Amino acid sequence: MISIWFFIGISLLVNGLLILGAGIYEYIHPPAHPTVELFQLHANAWWGGVLTVIGAMYCYFFSPKRTRA
Amino acid sequence: MTLPFAAVEPTRLVHLSTVDVIIVAFYFALVLAIGFYLRGRANTGEDFFMAGREMTAWVAGLSFLSANLGALELMGWAGSAYQYGILATHWYWIGAIPAMLFLALVMMPFYYISKTHSVPGYLKLRFGEPARAVSAVSFAFMTVLMSGVNMFAMAKVMQIVLGWDINFSIWVSAGTVAIYVALGGLRSAIFNEVLQFFLIWAGALLIPILGLYQTGGWSNLKVQIAHRFSEQYVHLWSGLGSFSHNPMGINWVGIVFGLGAIISMGYWTTDFLVVQRILAAKDIRSAEMAPIIGAGFKMMVPLIVILPGLLGLAVLPMKLVGQNAAGAPGVYTYNDVLPLMLARYCGPGLLGLGITALIAGFMSGMAGNVSAFTTVWTYDIYRPLVHNKGSDHHYVNMGRWTTVIGVLISIGTAYLVMQFASIMDYVQALFSFFIAPLFGTVVLGMLWKRATGPGGFWGLLCGTLCSISMWAWVKADPSALRYVALSPNAKALAQDMYQALWSFLTCVIVTVVVSLATKPKADAELTGLVYGLTEVPKVGNVPLYQKPVFWAGVVGIVFLALNIYFW
Repeated sequence: MISIWFFIGISLLVNGLLILGAGIYEYIHPPAHPTVELFQLHANAWWGGVLTVIGAMYCYFFSPKRTRA
Repeated sequence: MTLPFAAVEPTRLVHLSTVDVIIVAFYFALVLAIGFYLRGRANTGEDFFMAGREMTAWVAGLSFLSANLGALELMGWAGSAYQYGILATHWYWIGAIPAMLFLALVMMPFYYISKTHSVPGYLKLRFGEPARAVSAVSFAFMTVLMSGVNMFAMAKVMQIVLGWDINFSIWVSAGTVAIYVALGGLRSAIFNEVLQFFLIWAGALLIPILGLYQTGGWSNLKVQIAHRFSEQYVHLWSGLGSFSHNPMGINWVGIVFGLGAIISMGYWTTDFLVVQRILAAKDIRSAEMAPIIGAGFKMMVPLIVILPGLLGLAVLPMKLVGQNAAGAPGVYTYNDVLPLMLARYCGPGLLGLGITALIAGFMSGMAGNVSAFTTVWTYDIYRPLVHNKGSDHHYVNMGRWTTVIGVLISIGTAYLVMQFASIMDYVQALFSFFIAPLFGTVVLGMLWKRATGPGGFWGLLCGTLCSISMWAWVKADPSALRYVALSPNAKALAQDMYQALWSFLTCVIVTVVVSLATKPKADAELTGLVYGLTEVPKVGNVPLYQKPVFWAGVVGIVFLALNIYFW
């Protein structure tokens, strides 16, 4: 059976990549009038990056191939 | 019915971008995929209702916590933190941690070795059929009603926050939960709850991080709150000397004995919604470790619930108001504080994840209600009272249909609440009637071998009636609160605490008196059900760091240190 942690890895990885992508886009094309506080920290870029890394680690360590072996 | 993303609500709090919508849609796709993947692994009763009793301590522990971590819980307690300050943290610390550790070390061995399917099932073994019938019927009835009330409240939140159509929110979220629980049973509910736990943290953790960065850390935050509101908002215990020295209108007796000793013990140790997750653990050590793991994470939940509320006190330019004062454009209520903080700090992508966290919280709570209802209906009502000679396959089918029917009843309740808003108050009050007396009955049953079947039944009934009577008394005459809570300065929350205290004491006294007047059960009949007559299974010859009692001690020390630090 596929491990629950693999599903969690998939979820974090996909969400992380989407958020990271949105963050990079905003970094390259910053809005004229940012609607969020602390926009200059580009939280979506680094938080998306953190989720991507954690998600990728979960996907790797709990991949069906590895857990079956 | 209109499409949610097309619906335009001029007063909505946040606007989702395309990437936010993709994140929300991906979440729904993933939980359904998990349900379809697990549908082939729920063919027997043990699989469907108990997840095969093969969950590890981590999975059972996170699911145990997640079933309680509903969206209304997140938004409601963030709002309470704005309204009452750090006092709201008591519901996460003294109102949870001691009870979780008690469940792990004292009660879990009995639930586990009796191999019961449910808490009413334990009452049947210990006190007989009448006690089980009272407990099972009240639990099943209240669970689906509560689920409906929460569903309506969540749909209303989605309408206010996102401008989503209320019918769409109800049917899509309820339909998704019905599909994945009916397909994969408790295992599917547990898998999704663990996933939802991660999403809740991933979506909400950024608010305290950015909020503390902006305010300059905890010390500066305290100074700002004291400056804008009052110093009482940032002290956990020092204002609890009397009812009038804190924003909540409660004293330490109500918090320690009403909340810590009765309400939380009742909820965390006897509410089958959460206990069911632990019963699915693969062995006794996992069953004991699961609530301890849950307690460890529960202590951290104030970081994503209470701290955003406190940050709202310091950084939001407007002052939030109670539900009664809301209505004017641009006026927000306490319960809006979490969405307001999300909108303040979270840009494209992060906002979608934050909204997903709220939806995930709602769905995990609903799945918990539905799976617990299904088990209690099938094993504690349908099988003993309606059809006791069915095959295992028959009861699994009954479980699948009950899941769908339970969701439909919840939806019906949601629409009923939409028509008659006052029903919501009654249903929420009704739920609180059963918790404290049920704890009295279960704990006496486990710890006192002289407790008899009639004692358990009458104690449970009288305790519940006591709770209902006090609630009706205060409802009819609000000034009666001074007698229930023993102070003219007591406020609404104090009523819940003292009501629980009196109903617990009534239950215990009646159980003891009736038990002493009736014939005790033979010791042989109580083996495996009562302390002193049961050889409590050991966790095995494992190193100290793998023993539940060691980790319970660690959690206990951290719990004490946190209370002292935030005194």
